[in-house]
Amino acid sequence: MKKIIALALALTLCLSVLAFAGAEEAITLKIAHIGPLTGAAAVYGTATSRGARIAADEINAAGGKYKVEIIDEDDTHDAETAVNAYNTAMDAGAQMIIGTTTTTPCIAVGAVAYEERVFMLTPSASSTAVTADKDNVYQVCFTDPAQGAASAEYIAEHKLATKVAVIYNNADAYSTGIYQTFSEKAPEVGLEIVSTTTFTDDTTDFSVQVADAQNKGAELVFLPIYYTPASQILITANSIGFKPVFFGVDGMDGILSIEGFDTTLAEGVMLLTPFSADAEDEKTQKFVATYKELYDEIPNQFAADAYDGVYALVAAAEKADVKDGEKAEDICDRIIAAMQEIEVTGVTGTMTWSANGEVTKTPTAVIIENGAYVGFNK
Amino acid sequence: MIFLSNLVNGISLGSIYAIIALGYTMVYGIAKMLNFAHGDVIMVGAYVAFCALQYWGLPPIAALLVAMVLCTVLGITIEGLAYRPLRQATSLAVLITAIGMSYLLQNLALLIWGANPKSFPAAVMIPIPMISLFGGRLNISGVTLIAILANLVIMAVLTAFISRTKLGKAMRCVSEDRGAAELMGINVNRTISATFAIGSALAAVAGILLCSAYPTLMPTTGSMPGIKAFTAAVFGGIGSIPGAMIGGILLGVIEILGKAYISTELGDAIVFAVLIIVLLFRPTGLLGRPVREKV
Repeated sequence: MKKIIALALALTLCLSVLAFAGAEEAITLKIAHIGPLTGAAAVYGTATSRGARIAADEINAAGGKYKVEIIDEDDTHDAETAVNAYNTAMDAGAQMIIGTTTTTPCIAVGAVAYEERVFMLTPSASSTAVTADKDNVYQVCFTDPAQGAASAEYIAEHKLATKVAVIYNNADAYSTGIYQTFSEKAPEVGLEIVSTTTFTDDTTDFSVQVADAQNKGAELVFLPIYYTPASQILITANSIGFKPVFFGVDGMDGILSIEGFDTTLAEGVMLLTPFSADAEDEKTQKFVATYKELYDEIPNQFAADAYDGVYALVAAAEKADVKDGEKAEDICDRIIAAMQEIEVTGVTGTMTWSANGEVTKTPTAVIIENGAYVGFNK
Repeated sequence: MIFLSNLVNGISLGSIYAIIALGYTMVYGIAKMLNFAHGDVIMVGAYVAFCALQYWGLPPIAALLVAMVLCTVLGITIEGLAYRPLRQATSLAVLITAIGMSYLLQNLALLIWGANPKSFPAAVMIPIPMISLFGGRLNISGVTLIAILANLVIMAVLTAFISRTKLGKAMRCVSEDRGAAELMGINVNRTISATFAIGSALAAVAGILLCSAYPTLMPTTGSMPGIKAFTAAVFGGIGSIPGAMIGGILLGVIEILGKAYISTELGDAIVFAVLIIVLLFRPTGLLGRPVREKV
């Protein structure tokens, strides 16, 4: 009997030593992902969620100082729902946020997170309103002004057109933001905006907007809008035989995954994005391969931004020396300081951040060929 | 030529509003209630047709029939479950029930078909090539032609049905005086059910035409066109069948011309401003019958 007890004690000792060794290693970071998993913008939220999960799995498998636990919340691309999703995530013990995916909810959540001192890194909400007057919100993607101005420069530099039409959603902060900087930059680089028309979220008919662009002789139509109305515009343009170059921004990403949409209509559509799935660096290829294996799809820019975002958060946590179980409000200021110091090389390029939360990296354009995104610069 | 092309686009949009407005006006004219869920029955019709074409591989005619049958069943069910128990309630209660029904349908669609937008296979549904006039400067799509044709046929059939058949006569009686009709031995509930059945079958046709012309299909697809069509029905004189058609087409033309020549930003504002002006001068709409209050 004594022997058995001794054996049991010895075993317990062994186990506890093992357990102790394990506990010393990984600190779990609880990162909340908030984005539209359902609703009109679901393609984006699903992509950012998947990108973040792949990054988390890789980090956990690599077995570094931190383990990452993703808390997924759905905001349906709605400001009120987003704040509720944020509250749910915070109740579940989130320490920082990768999100929110889209601009309007991000502004709403950002305001609450600023008050409560929670650090947010949005993968893809690109309006300057997202970071304005809030020291706790950072972006992985370009800001809208950067996208608008960069698009104008890109079009001029590559001589894609001189006469340009713009169709934008004047009920949407994202779309309007890009339009404004585009229209300011265009004359400087020698582009002539011949037609500017708008629509709102409820618009069903785009014939006037497309016809106006056609009648004013536009060679290129700039679409700083999301992919759902963009698909309607492509269909309308095709039905009246109007074939300009269509140039979109990151919101265009997703146009190939609309069920039932004739993707041949999207052939030749260009979009400005820092991520191209056919890039040849090792990081991108690995990420694309994992994504394809798990979800049977080629990852878009949103997935890539979220993937890089999780790596950036972990890098910042490491720099800020986040300890096990620290609360969101206690680490917020340290993370902010760390974000300005780190340099992260991910699948969307090498990124550094300025104090206002904006990222610095280089944009490239991709073109849709045979139903896939292909780098345009090659 | 640009004007003509805008006019054609306006008529195309208007004829779709008109078909939706016919459903509104039928139900209002006879059951004296505003069925705000009509726009969402349209959405269901479009989804059913989408499934029939994409998943079940049915030909367009069969897809149309399946959508019409399912929408008819849906319409009768909604009427029986939600509106019939409220027959004696105030019109406000019925109105709010209809709005609730509208949200219920939208959220059910969200549950069944998901949130990602689908693109309606318009070319499969209506395989009629576009007609190009004046060397391609004026294009009239097959959907436009079908929509206008469908409007005329539906209007003629409905008018004949209401003035010639026994059920049509019963509908007019119920519309005029529900109590007296009941005393004369007319089954009011059955008559109103029949009205909903016709209105919902029309909604299926409207949904298919709407999504053939503007292919994005989402759970909220029916709501804005529904409201615009309701406006069209009021504009033309709610309860009047030719009024719904004229109102719908005028509304579409005003919307497109307003966007083309005044401002795309003000498109919807112009539409609703016109409605207000018309109602100020003709409170019963363009073809509505003025009703004198007897003292």
